[in-house]
Amino acid sequence: MTAPTLISPAPGVPSRPARDPRSARWVAATVAALAGWAVLYSLLQPFADWVVAVLPIPPAGRLHEAVAFFAYDTPKVLLLLAIVVFAMGVVRSFFSPERTRALLAGKREGAGNVAAAMLGIVTPFCSCSAVPLFIGFVSAGVPLGVTFSFLISAPMVNEVALGLLFGLVGWKIALTYLAFGLGVAIVAGWVIGRLHLEGWLEEWVRNVRGGVAELPPVEVTVIDRITAGLDAMKDIIGKVWIWIIAGIAAGAFIHGYVPAEMLASIMGRQSWWSVPAAVLLGVPMYSNAAGIIPVVEALIGKGAAIGTVLAFMMAVTALSAPEMIILRKVLSVRLIAVFVGVVATGILAVGFLFNLLFA
Amino acid sequence: MKNVKVLGPGCKRCVATAEMVQQAADKIGVPVSIEKVTDYAAIAGYGIAATPGVVIDGRVVHAGGLPKPEDLAKWLAA
Repeated sequence: MTAPTLISPAPGVPSRPARDPRSARWVAATVAALAGWAVLYSLLQPFADWVVAVLPIPPAGRLHEAVAFFAYDTPKVLLLLAIVVFAMGVVRSFFSPERTRALLAGKREGAGNVAAAMLGIVTPFCSCSAVPLFIGFVSAGVPLGVTFSFLISAPMVNEVALGLLFGLVGWKIALTYLAFGLGVAIVAGWVIGRLHLEGWLEEWVRNVRGGVAELPPVEVTVIDRITAGLDAMKDIIGKVWIWIIAGIAAGAFIHGYVPAEMLASIMGRQSWWSVPAAVLLGVPMYSNAAGIIPVVEALIGKGAAIGTVLAFMMAVTALSAPEMIILRKVLSVRLIAVFVGVVATGILAVGFLFNLLFA
Repeated sequence: MKNVKVLGPGCKRCVATAEMVQQAADKIGVPVSIEKVTDYAAIAGYGIAATPGVVIDGRVVHAGGLPKPEDLAKWLAA
């Protein structure tokens, strides 16, 4: 295997002046931007009314309804997403995978699964880093099941899904998604841990003895944290805005044109098979929670059952084919099958439970 | 000549990190040889949990996300 390097402790790092005079200006600018955001948000309805009034559309028709939906929802969703992503960017500047690993190493199962699922929300994570993270966690003594709790929660309970649910279907559903997403991650990770599948890891992974690198301390200033939030906002909004607009356009179409009875009969509560069908449909789709959620909102408005819709979203975000291909490098096919089976069962349970509760 | 290893499976940020190392080194006039480590097993051997990672003369100085240019300069100068 690779020769581990000598990791010496960091030499004293000269610290920058503790009080940077620019900090005050940055904080003031952030507060001002937040105030500006609030003003924009309060103008959403007048703006939508104005757009609809200006366009030559017969009032109270189908087209009118679709355009009104589009003109109100697009800026609203972008605004809410921007603020949620910014806030998450700032929160994540307080965490790092290294720190999370140190917190989780040697934790017992149970409490460890809960901690891992919650840290999965706030730890910066990108799926390109999934393999190093997996090996880094397991080789440093984080139990396999606890590692899985983290790996399930991190992509599923993400700021894009939460921000969009919050913007489109309200904070109650967003919070419920958060709670049930955590629940699935905790229980699925715990089950995988109880099965003791360490032997099903690829052999080279079991042989890695990396230890834990000790990084030199890096000072993170207020300015760095605000910048991290802005970077996250630019990065994510830049990536998903086109999907959001496409999604809301599709939603607007459904809103104005698709008859409610038709959807309710396909995706409604009465058809038990709709939940498994939604999960099957969700697995091959990848990462564009952004494009799907606006459609989701319109579907709910037209009578699709909440549980079915949430199961669909969870399947899209937690069980994606590309991520499994990446994880195949470290997990045997059998272990991936168990992972998919356990998580899918959890998502199905959430879907059925929801449809039962929110009748 | 400082030996710098950039650890990462070849994602966009790993490439950007390697470029940043070169820029920081040029700026402070420290000659460097940059090597990209893309093998997962080799990366894991350094004990990091997130990529890109930066190793300078055998010491891991950074893991996860883009490093700050001023930190890179500091590490290279040390």
